[in-house]
Amino acid sequence: MAKVLMKGNEALGEGAVIAGCRYFFGYPITPQSEVAEYLAKRLPQVGGVFLQAESELAAINMVYGGAAAGARVMTGSSGPGISLKQEGISFIAEAELPCVIANISRGGPGLGGIQSAQSDYFQACKGGGHGDYRLIVLAPSSVQEMMDFALLAFDLADRHRTPVMIMSEGMLGQMMEPVEIRDPVTEQYAKPWATTGCAGRSPNIVNTLHLPPDELEMRNLHLQKKYASIQAQEKRWESFMTEDAELVVVAFGLLSRVVKRAVSELRNKGIKAGLVRPITLWPFPDDAIGQCLDTAKMFMTVEINMGQMIEDVRLAVNGRAPVEFYGRIGVIPSPREVETAIMNVAVKGGLA
Amino acid sequence: MKKVFQKPASLTGKPWHYCPGCGHGIIHRLVAECMDELGIREKTIGVCPVGCAVLAYDYFNCDMLEAAHGRAPAVATGLKRVLKDRVIFTYQGDGDLASIGMAEIVHAASRGERISVFFVNNTVYGMTGGQMAPTTLLGQVTTTSPYGRDKDREGYPIRMAEMLAPFEGAAYVSRVAINSPANVVRAKRAIKRAFEVQLKGIGFSLVEILSTCPINWGLGAVEAMKWLEENMIPYYPLGDFKVKEG
Repeated sequence: MAKVLMKGNEALGEGAVIAGCRYFFGYPITPQSEVAEYLAKRLPQVGGVFLQAESELAAINMVYGGAAAGARVMTGSSGPGISLKQEGISFIAEAELPCVIANISRGGPGLGGIQSAQSDYFQACKGGGHGDYRLIVLAPSSVQEMMDFALLAFDLADRHRTPVMIMSEGMLGQMMEPVEIRDPVTEQYAKPWATTGCAGRSPNIVNTLHLPPDELEMRNLHLQKKYASIQAQEKRWESFMTEDAELVVVAFGLLSRVVKRAVSELRNKGIKAGLVRPITLWPFPDDAIGQCLDTAKMFMTVEINMGQMIEDVRLAVNGRAPVEFYGRIGVIPSPREVETAIMNVAVKGGLA
Repeated sequence: MKKVFQKPASLTGKPWHYCPGCGHGIIHRLVAECMDELGIREKTIGVCPVGCAVLAYDYFNCDMLEAAHGRAPAVATGLKRVLKDRVIFTYQGDGDLASIGMAEIVHAASRGERISVFFVNNTVYGMTGGQMAPTTLLGQVTTTSPYGRDKDREGYPIRMAEMLAPFEGAAYVSRVAINSPANVVRAKRAIKRAFEVQLKGIGFSLVEILSTCPINWGLGAVEAMKWLEENMIPYYPLGDFKVKEG
């Protein structure tokens, strides 16, 4: 099939439509607005509803209602807006409502800036809202993956009855690349729990309140069991030249492509570098890190933040090798800059 | 023998957790009677607030959701946009609707969202122990206005029905009370009309229901009804504020 030149945010929007999503509730924020603008035009063409909510809080709660009604529903935002949605995300996770949340990230804290960043890793992977819950977090690295991960996200959400976040750097939302348009998804999941009116059955209740302590604990144990099953089934990653790598670099998202280029250049210079690119930020692919330990003498992460994923890499390495860090904020470093940063670590570790 | 009174099918029959003299029991029953009479129980989905009525999902015998504090109109919007032919109602208190959920209710009304809102105004946060609400009357003593609500300190009580009625999207806005048998009958009529407005797809409907909180007011059940009549109704006049014909 011929490829179409698309913006990342548009590919994400079209991916949602292909996945069967017919409802988008959102609020404008840079650099996410094109997702909303694309779907405002596109959803009415396929019998769907785009609704600009009065706030990020309202948008995520409209998602709560739409998902409870059994539909494939989506919202999107960026850093400060995602912060506002956290209350609703916690409720959605507890109520086990499938939905997709896009974070086309910008740098923080506070209002921060509108340039590319990966500063919301902690927020996405370590909670964000209150209580013991997890999101599945997908990190696309290309405009094609913006589309493909929309399909994957809706499938994972329905399969595990859980909210799924697609987190990309702002630049990936804004840049254009050729995209192969996927076939429409026709598979539907049965949702006997949905609140659609109780004709012919006893009433369904979507609720997150559990006042008796033993009931609340049971709910939490149930969720943890589900999260363990997601961890067992859904870790995704890409490994590049790690088979004999002495220095394993870990990077995700669009940035991972820059790091891949730097790793290739370093290989040409005789440095045994490799790349692990987590595709699921949660569940974190610690197995991929573990597999490198036969040859790896050092690890490092390259991130567009001040050092967040490095904590998960350190947990996976568990003291068996040093883990170094190189980070920027608000810019995607050039391959040359990343190459120099990796080389510096290699020299420090006696690998160059 | 002829049966003249029974539990509505739209109630589960689970005993209320509400305090003696609380108005929620009456109001739940009125909503349920209206659902029965309109034959909509199996196509109705209700959204509970955070507040004393948080457990309303235990009492209404239809599909129910429990929303975050103040967000019920947004949750109801999500439901209604997906399930256009179903009947969606929210049941909210004054802290939930008029304070933390002010944005959600205003915009649901302005959009003309085809939902019915049952707004119970008893002038206090009941579940958390009787704190000041946006609807607490001037001079009224609560746990967070221990010297009485002062207009210069806490501002004035908000009249939600009057505020929402002018919105073009609002099709039916009414204020009723449950302090006397006659007013209970009027309240039921308004609740039924709100459902009917939604069924006809005319627009947003809201019934503000003046109710009692004897425990947090420090009054007996009968005294509370009298207090409502003498203090609340003068500030919150009863009647229809918007009736848009379909």
